[in-house]
Amino acid sequence: MRKFINLLTLACAITVSSQAQVSNDRTKSYVQQIPGSALTYDMVAIPGGTFQMGSPASEKGRKPDEGPQHSVKIEPFWMGKLEVTWDLFDLFSFHNMEKEMAAKTPGFDLAKTDAVTRPSPPYVDMSFGMGRAGYPAINMTQYSAIKFCAWLYAKTGEFYRLPTEAEWEYACRAGTQTTYSFGNDMKLLGQYAVYKANSGGAYKKVGTKKPNPWGLHDMHGNVMEWTLDQYIPDYYAKRAKGTVTEPYAKVTQLYPNSVRGGSWDDDPLVLRSAARTPSDPSWKVLDPQSPKSEWWLTSASFVGFRVVRPLKKPSDEEIKAYYNPPLIEDY
Amino acid sequence: MSNESNRREFLKQSGLLTGGALLTSLPSFSASYGYNQSVDDTIKVALIGCGGRGTGAAMQAMNTKQNIKVVAMADAFRDRLDESYTSLTKHPQAAQKVDIPDDRKFVGFDAYKQAIPLADVVILATPPGFRPSHFEEAVKQGKHIFMEKPVATDAPGVRRVLAAAEEAKKKKLNVVVGLQRRYQPSYREMIKRIHDGAIGDIVGGQVYWISGGVWQKPRKPDQSEMDYQMRNWYYFNWLCGDHINEQHVHNIDVANWVKNSYPVSCQGTGGRQVRTGKDYGEIFDHHIVDFVYADGTTINSQCRHYEGTYSRVDEMFLGTKGKVEGMEKRNSALMTYKGQPIYSYDAKADASPYQIEHNELFAAIAKGDYKFADAERVAKSTMTAIMGRMATYSGKMVKWEEALNSQIDLFPDKLAWDAMPKVLPNADGLYPVAVPGKTVTV
Repeated sequence: MRKFINLLTLACAITVSSQAQVSNDRTKSYVQQIPGSALTYDMVAIPGGTFQMGSPASEKGRKPDEGPQHSVKIEPFWMGKLEVTWDLFDLFSFHNMEKEMAAKTPGFDLAKTDAVTRPSPPYVDMSFGMGRAGYPAINMTQYSAIKFCAWLYAKTGEFYRLPTEAEWEYACRAGTQTTYSFGNDMKLLGQYAVYKANSGGAYKKVGTKKPNPWGLHDMHGNVMEWTLDQYIPDYYAKRAKGTVTEPYAKVTQLYPNSVRGGSWDDDPLVLRSAARTPSDPSWKVLDPQSPKSEWWLTSASFVGFRVVRPLKKPSDEEIKAYYNPPLIEDY
Repeated sequence: MSNESNRREFLKQSGLLTGGALLTSLPSFSASYGYNQSVDDTIKVALIGCGGRGTGAAMQAMNTKQNIKVVAMADAFRDRLDESYTSLTKHPQAAQKVDIPDDRKFVGFDAYKQAIPLADVVILATPPGFRPSHFEEAVKQGKHIFMEKPVATDAPGVRRVLAAAEEAKKKKLNVVVGLQRRYQPSYREMIKRIHDGAIGDIVGGQVYWISGGVWQKPRKPDQSEMDYQMRNWYYFNWLCGDHINEQHVHNIDVANWVKNSYPVSCQGTGGRQVRTGKDYGEIFDHHIVDFVYADGTTINSQCRHYEGTYSRVDEMFLGTKGKVEGMEKRNSALMTYKGQPIYSYDAKADASPYQIEHNELFAAIAKGDYKFADAERVAKSTMTAIMGRMATYSGKMVKWEEALNSQIDLFPDKLAWDAMPKVLPNADGLYPVAVPGKTVTV
């Protein structure tokens, strides 16, 4: 394996400027090194394809916003094998920490990330004492997660972003049309997911459960995951005509956005592949300030995210637009 | 409206109750009363300290069911006041409740004196170093008060707040202080049961605020020392009292609440391990303190500001019959030592405690009730935190009485932009930092 990665590194060094180990082969998963640190982030190759998005009316626990089922075409991309952890997110949040780690791991020009807008330090502890190293980062706003992607781009030179809701469900299903990516048998849920019945009231380290057929862990449970989309309850009904290509509901209001996968705090039905959760102002109920933080939620210790990298890199202009969504202030 | 007439009567009585207060408070009070007469049941609010938290508190006041008008603002800095005003007036529903023409926007160290007389209720949300003088003034003027924690940064400040709290009681002024856990349904329910003996007598506990720290603002060229310290108030003791006071007072207050008393002594360890540069003033980045109560119970307190490390803000207590492992947890539970639940509380649907504290305060004011006298106990919890700092800075065992009676006054002799605070940087830009074994704190 080591040898393989080394070879890959060589190959990439020739074809891609200096991005060691990042694969441009759409069939290959790869390990993204985080320059200026000892951290890595595993990316899993997700093949392009067409799938049925949403759930059938017969599915147990199904809600109207999951229908009608409709055909959606998705272009190839890579997706994080695991949810983004505090280890990585803290490097973005805490500029000093990034500097100190870069000093220990030379070779990264800190000027590259100097201009990135970073979160204000949260006043309270955002992990709620549930653990930090190896645990999923939580309680960030969607805006904050997008800005993390901008930082990761500055850091790595690769374009990362949040998945669209369609990409997320496609990757979660991993070719299945069942309630969960392991089938319909809820009894198996504990093998694949951290959820209310087995979480002991807290999130777990990422990747402790079995992966889905495409090798992604924790798509069901542990923490819910931000998507790029505004949550529109009847969005499927509006767009379901033939095969829809790369659907995406652009965010125009602060709430609600679409969050997927259910969490350590949820019952099994919320973890279903098709289940959609709208974000809610109550997630900032413990923010005493005005305007409320654009970076942190205070009461959403069940929400995190993972990132994707589309095969087709967008233009510089599109990238700029992705990373600079209008800041919607929260009074 | 009967409520309204009650309230007016109450406001009138509050102002007139004590002879001593009458002379000083009458002019402003009658002005306030006169304004009210023509505007039915309006409760007028002045915001003193227009940072994010003060602005948030004003929003919460406006979100209550009462008819609120924010009529005046005061801040040391013009830009902070303007940002706050913009924020208050951006929300369409809130904007209707803001009536602050330019001549009721007051800027500078004395701005509070001009704003307080114009209101029925004042929100005091400046850095805590100013709280004693602002609270004294608001009480003197006969105002109901919402103020943020902590309420002082040194013992002389605590004593002033305690004296003014007595005065507020005599005048029946409602005083709510933003130790919001006291208004948080989960804490109220859990601690009610602890007090009822659900886990027996409390014989030990730990309280934590370990997190990544807070904002810092770079020094600007030509910035006066006073301006710099005011902008970076978190890192200077005369303004902040160190994070053991500014943040950790929340958890320390929970310990005092659970114990229904205040520590008689403490000793502790602290220092600057990670956050050591000249950008971080004089405060420590960690404190660990044993607080000892009269019955011998020791509560261990731990607070630190280290980026990117394990973090926890919580309280846990051990009783003779059971324990609570995390008060802050959303599914907090009292349980036996064998792990059997005695009582649990799911806080998922709870309203914001920050909103609740305003709802309760303004409802009481509107009804003419006298219900809230938070100042004394918050002054004592503030004193507890300051005593902890005295212990970590000096390395000595500190007793409550000597701490409370300390004559060490951190406040500058003069407040002006060209005046000098007491703690100044050396030639390298570094501020003097306490050295246990050498530094005298009591």
